[in-house]
Amino acid sequence: MTDEDRVFKALADPTRRLLLDRLFDRDALTLTELESTLEMTRFGVMKHLRVLEDANLVVTRRAGREKLHFLNPVPIRQIHDRWIDKYTERQVSALMDLKHQLEGTS
Amino acid sequence: MTTTSQAVRVFVVYIKASPDAVWDAITKPEWTEKYGYGGRADLELRPGGTFRHFASDEMKAMGSPDVAVDGEVVEADPPRKLVLTWRMVMDEAMAAEGWTRLTYELEEREPGVTKLTVIHDLDGAPRLEMVVGGAMESQGAGGGWSWVLSDLKSLLETGKRLAG
Repeated sequence: MTDEDRVFKALADPTRRLLLDRLFDRDALTLTELESTLEMTRFGVMKHLRVLEDANLVVTRRAGREKLHFLNPVPIRQIHDRWIDKYTERQVSALMDLKHQLEGTS
Repeated sequence: MTTTSQAVRVFVVYIKASPDAVWDAITKPEWTEKYGYGGRADLELRPGGTFRHFASDEMKAMGSPDVAVDGEVVEADPPRKLVLTWRMVMDEAMAAEGWTRLTYELEEREPGVTKLTVIHDLDGAPRLEMVVGGAMESQGAGGGWSWVLSDLKSLLETGKRLAG
């Protein structure tokens, strides 16, 4: 599985997207804090976090005795650069072509 | 660390390059001008040494003074760890937020693959946090660390920057 496959797989689950949204709202959360926002067992949350960590979407850092979870936006950026930009640019240039055609300037 | 600021942002990227190559890309001006916001970095790699990141021509055209970012080297352990104080001075409001703390950690995860972690403690700098978090990209402020690190990865792995 490529890095990109792992990111898409991780994003393909609503609970995992919800966990990312929680971390987007407020970073540096402990497992207990993340768990308290979800109707799910600790084990279930840990399983989802592991998939997110494998995809490098969540990173953990130790602060004293606590393990804190952070949203890592870099893989989403890479997908944005690889997929979104490519297609939005095409849309923009298609609109530009249409504009030129309608205005009879091309 | 006894207290954890709520304003810490963490960015991780895996790069197919040696830690030495990644270290050079972060600390050497001939590399720093090639990716992200561009501009030449000037670092005195010892605790207390000066750190300056000069504005690129593009940044100067947007009204930046010659030095875009200033600070001090807190810790330099090549090619493993670099800690800087870091203040964006190209905008008065951000300059007024004072110095933040930036940490680079480089770790060779397998031969030729470096895990680069950037930890930016942005306590007391909400405006800078928006810029480095990429929230002001549509206003022409660039995509922040995610964008810089994706660009760095592309440059080191393919010799080319990302388009745009």
